[in-house]
Amino acid sequence: MLIFVFRRAVLALLVCLTVLVVSFALTRLSGDLAASIAGPNATADDVAIIRKNYGLDRPLTQQFVDWAAAAASGDLGRSYLYHAPVSGLIRVRLPVTLTLGLSGLAIALVVAIPLGILAAMREGSAADRAIMLVALLGQAMPSFWLSLTLIIWFGLNLQWLPISGIESWQGYILPATVLAFSAIPALMRLTRAGMVDALSADYIRTARAKGLSRSKIVLKHALRNAAMPVVSIAAVQLGFMLGGSIVIETVFALPGIGYLAWESISKNDFPVVQAVVMILALLYIGLTLLADLMNAVLDPRLRAS
Amino acid sequence: MSPVLEVANLRVDFSGRTAAVRGVSLKVQRGETHCLVGESGCGKSVSALAVMGLLARGAVRDADVLRFQDTDLTRLSERGMARLRGDKMAMIFQEPMTSLNPAYTIGSQMAEVYERHRGAGRRAALDRAAELLGRVGITAPGMRLAQFPHQLSGGLRQRVMIAMALMCDPELLIADEPTTALDVTVQAQILRLLQTLQRELGLSLLLITHDLGIVARMANQVSVMYAGELVESATAEALFAAPTHPYTRGLLACIPIPGTVRRDEPLGSIPGTVPRISPGFAGCGFRDRCTHALPACAQTVALRSAAPGHAYRCVLPAEWT
Ligand code: SF4
Repeated sequence: MLIFVFRRAVLALLVCLTVLVVSFALTRLSGDLAASIAGPNATADDVAIIRKNYGLDRPLTQQFVDWAAAAASGDLGRSYLYHAPVSGLIRVRLPVTLTLGLSGLAIALVVAIPLGILAAMREGSAADRAIMLVALLGQAMPSFWLSLTLIIWFGLNLQWLPISGIESWQGYILPATVLAFSAIPALMRLTRAGMVDALSADYIRTARAKGLSRSKIVLKHALRNAAMPVVSIAAVQLGFMLGGSIVIETVFALPGIGYLAWESISKNDFPVVQAVVMILALLYIGLTLLADLMNAVLDPRLRAS
Repeated sequence: MSPVLEVANLRVDFSGRTAAVRGVSLKVQRGETHCLVGESGCGKSVSALAVMGLLARGAVRDADVLRFQDTDLTRLSERGMARLRGDKMAMIFQEPMTSLNPAYTIGSQMAEVYERHRGAGRRAALDRAAELLGRVGITAPGMRLAQFPHQLSGGLRQRVMIAMALMCDPELLIADEPTTALDVTVQAQILRLLQTLQRELGLSLLLITHDLGIVARMANQVSVMYAGELVESATAEALFAAPTHPYTRGLLACIPIPGTVRRDEPLGSIPGTVPRISPGFAGCGFRDRCTHALPACAQTVALRSAAPGHAYRCVLPAEWT
């Protein structure tokens, strides 16, 4: 088990390093940063001053080492747009996105897993087909359209829920629901497929031969074995939700990290872009590592290898 | 004495398309080993699963009598069957490699049977599990309980399956090809273990096998199945001394003296394969492969008596040569 954890952790570390290099390189490749910061009306002298002030005249390797060393100590540079430390911006924005993503995932799991189990237990029945059809429709539904529909119904017509901002926790309900919808089809299908497999396995016949109750057979013996791919995909989906919530955060005016990313990309605020890319990548790596570890807990055979 | 298990006219259809079991009747007496013999696909495993109520979805079971001790199994709900299974009647399977859940320890899987049927706590259940692991010849039971199935060899896993089946002191153990997937030396050990356990515990054993060597070694009573039907049933001595059905004789053709059976002799020595029988099929299922087939064989063939306690299903007289 220790060796397994160690190996995964080393792998994650290597990916982190790669991400650092790539996120640094990307911003430098997208044109002359000094010129774009200075704006279209700046003179060549202005640009030269900016280049010098921001240290953009030094060799790239030097810039990278400085940036990486500073980043490692928590200093992510200053935003050109907000004129504030990037780390401070992220500290404010990240919790919003995390809350949104985690609630979205929670809703998705609560809906997808029971439905997937139900579909598997009634494989081939009308209930199974109905559930899978809904999953298909859900997958085909664009999230901006769903967002607007929910806003119109629950926000404007019924006035049950706030439609923008996060003054109270209710502000998260609609956006989290929209995010959940994007994850539900895949999670449900995986749960169903895994459960169909598991329920036809020999060890389920053994469990039945032991006279165990139906709930024990399904929830203990089958679900445990069907859960592994679901855990992996849930981690990936959460990663998507965290990184890909730009649309949702814009529609619902949530000051999260997705919105920050969009802003800073369009304004070429490269310290922020770098930091956001890095933070999201780190989260993603962390999630993958977490999923691996959870799978190792679920499947003793993984621990041995 | 009344039999532990009595089955009369058991029929199983798969979604109306295949008649897998067509009127099987048998009795398992207390403390005896009853062997159900036949090639793969003859319906012997399906019969056992039908008795246990473990048939897959889409299978329809019907029987005139299906009695376990004093319980009429045809009247039991799924819940009632579940209360018997693992408690009074237990079953082990052919595939020791896949029959245990890879995600749980041996101890957890053994303990849950005892907890379920005896309402025991985890501590008591684990003690019982350790005791039974010792009983089936597993050394260091305490260590094994904490292990996962993938850490055990096939032979050990089958021992664990047997121990698990015995957790609640069953009256009847159904063993479906318990040694087929194991290598020869391990096979012999497992068979010896089953014999010992049967003697010590007074267990009634319904042993399903395609291996006549195992039959010769283990059986008190034998039922031979072909294409979903019982074609011959007798005591082991009578069957090996005077096999009557052409199929049984075909199986035994290479075995002149009972007891000197080659253990790994396959049953496939008769040309052809077991046919798939659809509902409404009439006549002897063996007639495509039988060298003695007559026109009368296309009509329904009744069970006939060759001697007291020895029945066979064929149009030929008992003394045919
Ligand atoms: S009934 Fe006819 S076909 Fe069947 S075994 Fe007897 S002789 Fe052969």
